[in-house]
Amino acid sequence: MMDVLNAIVALLNFVVIPGAAYGAQLALGALGVTLVYGILRFSNFAHGDTMAFGTAATILVTWLLMGAGITFGPLPTALLALPFGIGLTALLVLGTDRLIYRFYRRVKAAPVVLVMVSMGVMFVMNGVTRFVIGVDEINFADGGRFLITAREFRDMTGLQEGLAIRTTQVITLVVAVIAVALLFWFLNRTRTGKSMRAFSDNEDLALLSGINPERVVAVTWILVAALATTAGVLYGLDKSFKAFTYFQLLLPIFASAVVGGLGNPLGAIAGGFVIAFSEVTVTYAWKKVATYVLPDSLAPDGLLQLMGTDYKFAVSFAILVIVLLFKPTGIFKGKAI
Amino acid sequence: MKKLLLASTAAFALAGAAHAEDIKIGISVGFTGPLESLAPQMAAGAELAFKEVTDSGLLLGGSTVSSVRADSTCIDAAAATAAVERIVTSDKVRGIVGGMCSGETIASLNNVAIPNGVVMISPSATSPALTSLEANGLFFRTSPSDARQGVVMTEIMQERGIKSVAVTYTNNDYGKGLADSFQAAFEAAGGKVTINAPHEDGKADYSAEVAALAAAGGELLVVAGYVDQGGSGIIRAALDTGAFDTFEFPDGMVSQALEDRFGAEINGSFGQNPASAGEGRDRYVEMATAAGFDGTSAFSAESYDAAALILLAMAKAKSSDPAVYKAEVLNIANGDGEVILPGQLAKALEIINAGGSVNYEGATAVTFVNGRESAGSYREIEFKDGKLEVVKYR
Repeated sequence: MMDVLNAIVALLNFVVIPGAAYGAQLALGALGVTLVYGILRFSNFAHGDTMAFGTAATILVTWLLMGAGITFGPLPTALLALPFGIGLTALLVLGTDRLIYRFYRRVKAAPVVLVMVSMGVMFVMNGVTRFVIGVDEINFADGGRFLITAREFRDMTGLQEGLAIRTTQVITLVVAVIAVALLFWFLNRTRTGKSMRAFSDNEDLALLSGINPERVVAVTWILVAALATTAGVLYGLDKSFKAFTYFQLLLPIFASAVVGGLGNPLGAIAGGFVIAFSEVTVTYAWKKVATYVLPDSLAPDGLLQLMGTDYKFAVSFAILVIVLLFKPTGIFKGKAI
Repeated sequence: MKKLLLASTAAFALAGAAHAEDIKIGISVGFTGPLESLAPQMAAGAELAFKEVTDSGLLLGGSTVSSVRADSTCIDAAAATAAVERIVTSDKVRGIVGGMCSGETIASLNNVAIPNGVVMISPSATSPALTSLEANGLFFRTSPSDARQGVVMTEIMQERGIKSVAVTYTNNDYGKGLADSFQAAFEAAGGKVTINAPHEDGKADYSAEVAALAAAGGELLVVAGYVDQGGSGIIRAALDTGAFDTFEFPDGMVSQALEDRFGAEINGSFGQNPASAGEGRDRYVEMATAAGFDGTSAFSAESYDAAALILLAMAKAKSSDPAVYKAEVLNIANGDGEVILPGQLAKALEIINAGGSVNYEGATAVTFVNGRESAGSYREIEFKDGKLEVVKYR
């Protein structure tokens, strides 16, 4: 019985909890990508750097708050700074839209042109973020780091395996649930949300029924800024902030959005978790769990690892390819690309 | 007429050898790139030796030495090759202090230095592959091979009674070479490596890597990575999940940043990096401070030694021609005459000019093995009360 518990705890500690937190971060990022795709109709390559900028802005406000002696008790101060970060990021993306994307919308540029434009925006934002906060790694999490550490758990339960739960992991999941709930309420219940969905479904019909396209676009960008900043800050709290890493996050985020079905918010969430868990589980070495569960005579010598961890990105992209081959619209019905 | 011309050129060349010339030496290190914080102190170290020799006026009838810098970038082999090509073909350097990182060094050595017959002495390329590379006697290094580091790590762990470890390395020439040489040495000594898995630098999430490492188990985790890159990410994730709480840090990890980031969380962890104690090092650090730079910075002392070796070999061979002086480098490094420390290059030149022989020890106790590389002394460090402390030198 103890052995089964040990096995379960080991699995929770190394697979389920880290996977869930990472999945929530990817899901929030993928929601932003999917919104832009669904409503503005292009793949926004600048999303990773929007996240980086939002996080950088939040970090600056966090430092200001800390300097003024304001903290959030056991919770990270960055959560207090988050609304300000979202505001600054919203200003940035609205400005970008006014300066750049609006022109291409007016000339009815093909989506692939917009994708290239967003790549240019990506490089500019890359530079802006580095100018603002630099290239170094920054840890800005404060407050209690753990709800329970591996050692405390071992002492408490007498099990051999420890279970560590970080404050940031719980915050990530809670904030992600709140953000998703708010987003769905907004899209399904409010007039503006409904007009956005109408615009996404059929632009011409929406225009005929008197929906103001510029307003829809502006609201979309504000939502995207909020989602991107939240995702970025949660990720930064959980790991650390480094501009370059956020650029690298773009890949798994796009994989999540496409697997789930581009343009479908539910799909983005599912996709985030699919990608996160596939990275962690397929490359997991089952030796420890197997040693606990199986009788001693059957205890494994090898690692019982399906494939080395160097292949973890191959795993998510293999899933991506398979989904696109058999269900081009993604798991949940999104738009075909 | 043709004969006259030839004769006069030959006479001029002979006269040139006896007379003072301006000898150009290249410095090829990564002024930009992942180790850009180390490069300025390395170049300053080499230039310190150039200046010392120039000021003495004793090299080849009062020749002066001037430096030509090239940016090897550390990671971009093509850029390094182009930069070294430039200093060899258009600046006509007679020797090179460099390159900095192993991959880039191998590329510029094979593509430029060997075809053009220029001597390269690297202060910091540590890949075991460079030990056996065919180089026509043109390549040396004042840093030890990582094969040696693998043996030193094994010795440290045996003294501490550690029998089984998990290893993760950064997925490049340096990480793989070091991890493999350590595994070979550790297993030969009867230890067990439970897993030897790579990690990519700069990635978003390391839970998968840490999960696999934890499942394999072991008394501690060897992190053969870079402290500013994935190495720290792995340690953070391992600490947070309780997978490992002690670590072994090879040279890419030992730094102040490690102490700043983890402090007391990694108490009891230990590691090693190439560095030597003794009078040579102390003298060098003093000279560097007087010259206005930090001589304790990694591979700065090795750069001084590389530059000094080139210049003393020239004096010994009575020629600045690499094809001639390359044969004398080993005689300077492993000679049996007077011991030469930093700041004593003038004395060394006097002895050599008088026909004597010297044993260049320099700032890093230079003694070459395998005909080309430093035997290497290492500094063993340990974390106590959240501070990085030097245990001993070996």
